[in-house]
Amino acid sequence: MSGVRVLVGTRKGAFVLSSDGKREKWDVSGPHFPGWEIYHLKGSPADQDRLYASQSNGWFGQLIQRSDDGGTTWEPVGNDFSYQGETGTHQWYDGTPHPWEFARVWHLEPSLDDPDTVYAGVEDAGLFRSTDGGKHWQELPGLRGHETGPSWQPGAGGMCLHTIILDPSSPGRMFAAISAAGAFRSDDSGQTWRPVNHGLRSEGIPDPGAEVGHCVHRLAMHPSRPSVLYMQKHWDVMRSDDAGESWHEVSGDLPTDFGFPIDVHAHEPETVYVVPITSDSHHFPPEGKLRVYRSRTGGDEWEPLTSGLPQEHCYVNVLRDAMAVDSMDSCGIYFGTTGGQVYASPDAGDSWAPIVRDLPAVLSIEAQTLP
Amino acid sequence: MTGNADVVRVVLPAHLRTLARVDGEVELQVSGPVTQSAVLDALEGRYPMLRGTIRDQRNGKRRAFIRFFACEQDLSHEQPDAPLPAAVAVGAEPYLIVGAMAGG
Repeated sequence: MSGVRVLVGTRKGAFVLSSDGKREKWDVSGPHFPGWEIYHLKGSPADQDRLYASQSNGWFGQLIQRSDDGGTTWEPVGNDFSYQGETGTHQWYDGTPHPWEFARVWHLEPSLDDPDTVYAGVEDAGLFRSTDGGKHWQELPGLRGHETGPSWQPGAGGMCLHTIILDPSSPGRMFAAISAAGAFRSDDSGQTWRPVNHGLRSEGIPDPGAEVGHCVHRLAMHPSRPSVLYMQKHWDVMRSDDAGESWHEVSGDLPTDFGFPIDVHAHEPETVYVVPITSDSHHFPPEGKLRVYRSRTGGDEWEPLTSGLPQEHCYVNVLRDAMAVDSMDSCGIYFGTTGGQVYASPDAGDSWAPIVRDLPAVLSIEAQTLP
Repeated sequence: MTGNADVVRVVLPAHLRTLARVDGEVELQVSGPVTQSAVLDALEGRYPMLRGTIRDQRNGKRRAFIRFFACEQDLSHEQPDAPLPAAVAVGAEPYLIVGAMAGG
């Protein structure tokens, strides 16, 4: 394996960070799409040079950009995200019915085996798919049309579908997560969906164990063991050993179980990473110390990783899509902050160094391992 | 630039010039009555990547933070099919598509 490409979405553009296998020296390309919010960009697992990017702002709306050369050049493709059929309503913050309104694409998930197929998770929560390289988008309405849909409510950041996970071993199985509706699973390529939130408890909703209404911040899966899922919920780090059928808490000895991202080591399915954040009213790390926590036991027992990370006066946040791992022999892990730093660890979290320090607020990070 | 009865001059905001890969004004041939809808149809026909960035792709409504100016008038709230000022129709004055002033 010869190198790594880290794709960074920020409040004011996209950046592409490249390095060889040592991951010590980095080339920085960007800003691409300067001035635009880039919620997410991600490469196709089937073609490393095929990238998709979600570009938007409040003036001009949503665009999707595609690169066929690893991010050197980009072309705008289709940006018509029309909900299919009856628009319907969900609950507004005040409990009244509110029509579904498209706001932006939060997450793009390319197919595992077809570079032209890509899924988009949008706000207000819906799932779209393109099979022509992003030129045309079709909603998979079974998710938004689930019988619980009218009861879904937005979280503080909007009602976003922010996580899409494709199961590599079970064709047709996929997972999605929505704030603040919860986790959902499809076993028929996204045609029909059901909530998979049994075992979650959220004290901020009227029925803490409700079928839907949970503010799931992020899901993660190791591709070699897709029945095991990890979840960073608004509060609580959770684990499922049965593909979401049931969940149990693995927050264990974390200093706080609030946070946004969660990810899994590329080669060790029981090694998991989170970034504890003080609380939902603070949105910065405890004690001003930026610490990634690693569990080598699939949760419950966690160790702080601090080498190279600021251990005083640090009050940044790490957003839900802003952590990723590469699959080099020594697994690299990356995260970006709302303060514009992108940190890299080439040794699975033991030591860290900033690749860049002064980008706009980082919204998303993806890592590609190049042959 | 001199007036030309066949050409409407359109000024895009910087982000949309970048997106459409144009410098300066855009000159468009507009067939039939020169209305805002006709100008935007011609603009989006020439530069399809602009679809959805100025007005809604489905209902044609102007995006909330977009404004249309010409001849020192705000035409943002005019009917889309109302004729534009004659000076715009003959290319003597440009039709300005403007991103509303806001923070961020």
